[in-house]
Amino acid sequence: MTLSRRDILGTAALAAATATLPSLPARAAGKSLTLGVLSDFSGPYSADSGNTSVACVQQAVEDFGAANKGYDVTVIKGDHQNKPDIGSSLARQWCDNGVDVIIDVPNSAVALAVAGVVAEKDKVFIDSTAATTNLTGKNCNAQTIHWTYDTYMLSHSTGGATVASGGKSWFFITANYAFGQLLRDQTMAVVKAAGGTVVGDVDYPFPQTTDFSSFLVQAQSSGAQVLGLANAGKDAVNCIKQAHQFGITQSGMSIAALLVFLNDIHGIGLDIAQGLILTESFYWNLNDRTRAFTQRVLPKTPNNYPSMCQAGCYSGALHFLKAVDAMGLPAAKASGAAIVAQMKKMPTDDDAFGQGSIREDGRFMCPSYLFRVKKPGESTLPWDYYDLLHTTPAAMNFAPMTPGVCKLVTA
Amino acid sequence: MVMILGKPAPLLFGQLLLGIINGSFYAMLSMGLAIIFGLLRIINFAHGAMFMLGAFVTWGLLNYLGLGFWWALPLAPLIVGTLGWALERTAIRRIYKLDMLYGLLLTFGIAEVLQGGFTQYFGSSGVNYDPPDLLSGVLNLGFMYLPVYRGFVLGAAILICGTTWLLIEKTRLGALLRAATENPALVQSFGVNVPRLISLTFAAGVALAALAGVLAAPLYSVNPDMGSELINTVFAVVVIGGMGSIGGAILTGFGLGIIEGFTDVFYPPGSAVVVFVVMALVLLARPSGLFGKAA
Repeated sequence: MTLSRRDILGTAALAAATATLPSLPARAAGKSLTLGVLSDFSGPYSADSGNTSVACVQQAVEDFGAANKGYDVTVIKGDHQNKPDIGSSLARQWCDNGVDVIIDVPNSAVALAVAGVVAEKDKVFIDSTAATTNLTGKNCNAQTIHWTYDTYMLSHSTGGATVASGGKSWFFITANYAFGQLLRDQTMAVVKAAGGTVVGDVDYPFPQTTDFSSFLVQAQSSGAQVLGLANAGKDAVNCIKQAHQFGITQSGMSIAALLVFLNDIHGIGLDIAQGLILTESFYWNLNDRTRAFTQRVLPKTPNNYPSMCQAGCYSGALHFLKAVDAMGLPAAKASGAAIVAQMKKMPTDDDAFGQGSIREDGRFMCPSYLFRVKKPGESTLPWDYYDLLHTTPAAMNFAPMTPGVCKLVTA
Repeated sequence: MVMILGKPAPLLFGQLLLGIINGSFYAMLSMGLAIIFGLLRIINFAHGAMFMLGAFVTWGLLNYLGLGFWWALPLAPLIVGTLGWALERTAIRRIYKLDMLYGLLLTFGIAEVLQGGFTQYFGSSGVNYDPPDLLSGVLNLGFMYLPVYRGFVLGAAILICGTTWLLIEKTRLGALLRAATENPALVQSFGVNVPRLISLTFAAGVALAALAGVLAAPLYSVNPDMGSELINTVFAVVVIGGMGSIGGAILTGFGLGIIEGFTDVFYPPGSAVVVFVVMALVLLARPSGLFGKAA
């Protein structure tokens, strides 16, 4: 065989491309699978996803019994830095280099970009931490499953409960990108449908904003009863803390934190967070099965209890492995769409979310829980932060499918 | 209610005050940068990291040694300033003779290492630090509720900026500093130890950043990115004010805080870019900055 200059250049280019993937291992032949956790490891959502998501996916591999079943499963991780271009190019590299499924992906803008790439490459995308309903709506595809929650669930559970308890007039502080706007619009619709009014809204630049005082003072001077926070992660934490500094809650305005996670409450502290109303679809101290799961995964993530997003990574990864096992590895390797079809066919069952199912449009169906944050004196265990107020059953938890929105839904 | 440009007047007064308070951080940070640039010709990209260190040292003093906010006010700048001094002696000193870009790269690298290390250890959401009891609570100013602590920050910032300005513009030490900036060889020939003067100036600039960090700790969450989030704006402030001009840095810092505050009311999505729009306009009209001497 003769080597042309072009062959050598091609090999060099390929080597350069793979060199940018330091975490991709040399693979053993045989029954090998690679699970890629694409997440935020340093930015505003890293406490709610990031390394604890990786720990949860590793837990899924263990609980599946991969080694005993003869699988060689590798879990790799990558930081998308909350930038859609970085996220989609990393996803493309992963798909081209043998990653079978991409898991987690916080940030709706990044998630929508990744969903497109994964569909094009016919791999599998299990999104746990992004919120946008568009993943199972107009941007749905046969390779994507949206696991843990979405903006419909948050707006209806937290928003609906707040209006029902008398919070009729709202002022919104909104993260100015796909997720914040969608969450605000859907919550506005819920508020108005229930007879409430919206007196104001500010859209702040994301992710550069750390001081929310100007917006909070505007909210305060609006005279609204409820401050709706259409943001998440560190931004929501900062808003809640600063609202406390400006005496907003003390002056009788209540805060509807539309998306805060257990990890955020931990960062805020119960002193300030007490009384907040929020919604999650998983809480570690919910029942015996959730506690058992948490005890198993905690040694891998000792300083950070899993929130619903991280538990969703566990649940999604476990179901993926079960589906691949059921259909056989050769069939699974041939098509991501086929794996997703198999996942939709099988009911789900795991310690974190109990029994569930996946709908035609890729929506994982699970109940959600409305919680109130405990007072400091009521918390008896580490990370014991929530009282359960209300459960929304799976069937009511997500937007009904309307034909014509998602192309996978047949009339 | 009195309305100005379609917004209630009390709301605008409130924004003015908040803008000045946020501006006081820009002023304190850009002043340190201006001092360091003036004497060392180093564009100190690690300044934000020093601000962050100041906040973390404040937190550490309380959580490891039980020393509260009032102890942290002198101790944290002293500790971080000593670190800055060591940094100057061991690393930054070696690149004075090289192109300015090397200083930028070195300090940028130092900032990345510090930030990465803290993120690894503390996580990106950071830690919580409460204002001292004496300063918690809210003042009713009539047009707005002002947290007592923010009022304190404003007073402290004005005091710090004023003292530093007086020290540099009106004292013998300041005169020496300014002379060493103009002509180090000449000042050395009068028997002044210029290398030591330079080390101490760097340490003092860094200590100022740390002091701002102490003041910021109870205000924002103490997290590894808190410095990098501010530093871009602060550099814009220094450029607008005129590189190396201390008075310019102070006035521009407060001024831009106010402009940002009003942008928050009239067009919130623009509040992150307004500073850079101002910077572009100023550079077009006066390339050496508002208060800078023409090169």
